[in-house]
Amino acid sequence: MIARIRAFGAFWYDFVVGDDWRVAAGVVVALAITYGVGRSTSTGWWIVPVAVALLLPFSLWRATRHE
Amino acid sequence: MNSGALFIAVFLACAVEAVEATTIVLAAGTTRDWRSALYGVGAGLITLAVIIGALGPAVSSIPLHGLRLVVGGLLLVFGLQWLRKAILRASGYKALHDETLIFQTQVREAQSAPRVGRGSVADWYSFTLSFKGVVLEGLEVAFIALTFGSNQHDVPLAAIAALAAVAVVVLAGVAVRAPLARVPENTMKFVVGVMLTSFGTFWGTEGAGASWPGSDAALLVLVPAIAVFALGIAGLLRRQRSLHLASPARVTSVSAA
Repeated sequence: MIARIRAFGAFWYDFVVGDDWRVAAGVVVALAITYGVGRSTSTGWWIVPVAVALLLPFSLWRATRHE
Repeated sequence: MNSGALFIAVFLACAVEAVEATTIVLAAGTTRDWRSALYGVGAGLITLAVIIGALGPAVSSIPLHGLRLVVGGLLLVFGLQWLRKAILRASGYKALHDETLIFQTQVREAQSAPRVGRGSVADWYSFTLSFKGVVLEGLEVAFIALTFGSNQHDVPLAAIAALAAVAVVVLAGVAVRAPLARVPENTMKFVVGVMLTSFGTFWGTEGAGASWPGSDAALLVLVPAIAVFALGIAGLLRRQRSLHLASPARVTSVSAA
């Protein structure tokens, strides 16, 4: 039973988070900052694009640095 | 986002997933038992219908801002995963997604598995292999169609695009009875990764309460900007890899080995 629950959890983790959890965490942080900024002003549109511009190269750098 | 763009985005994303599911079912059917493999497809489709039946109304009833925040975030994570893999493949750091190779691996594993029947299913291995392939890939198809459709208030068009993609791929698979090796899957994944990342960025930001300069027109800048950025990184990595492979230290160590 525990093995099945574990497999179920592993499937959803792999489905949603994927190969690099840092990317998912970075997206959550970027959206949270945008939400925080958005409570006082609606000019936080640039935060997520900047996060994308940092997260993608960072994740690729981690994936290729040992080659 | 107009209807044409919605249709193309959903169609491409769903076609990629359908190619993977078709490869798995073909491997099970051609090497083991077609009837059991098709039972697996049927059971997988029923499971998917139940999940979509439960998820569909739930997704539609979420307020638009909340929906855009959650769905935008998920699309962005999915899109960055797809882009990451597509860039690693395009630059040679990861093997290209080769449907022929995957098909051969599945066939090898299928041939070596023992034949066990359960109930009206003659070959349990074919059944479970097809079932898993259809449910796992189908979940992604359903998620993409539902989220894109809900965000654009046009779930029927997104559903038609998803069904059209699945139908085209399945018909092609049935026609050739072989893996769809000629489908440029990595290129499609790259395009879909760019689209998911762009729409995820757009909807996630709007859902978090920010407003885009130019409103929907911002997508016309976001999509090409992310595409150029991703292509640039792929180019840089390809160059880095070729320089690394040609470096004297590596050549010496390879010769010594």
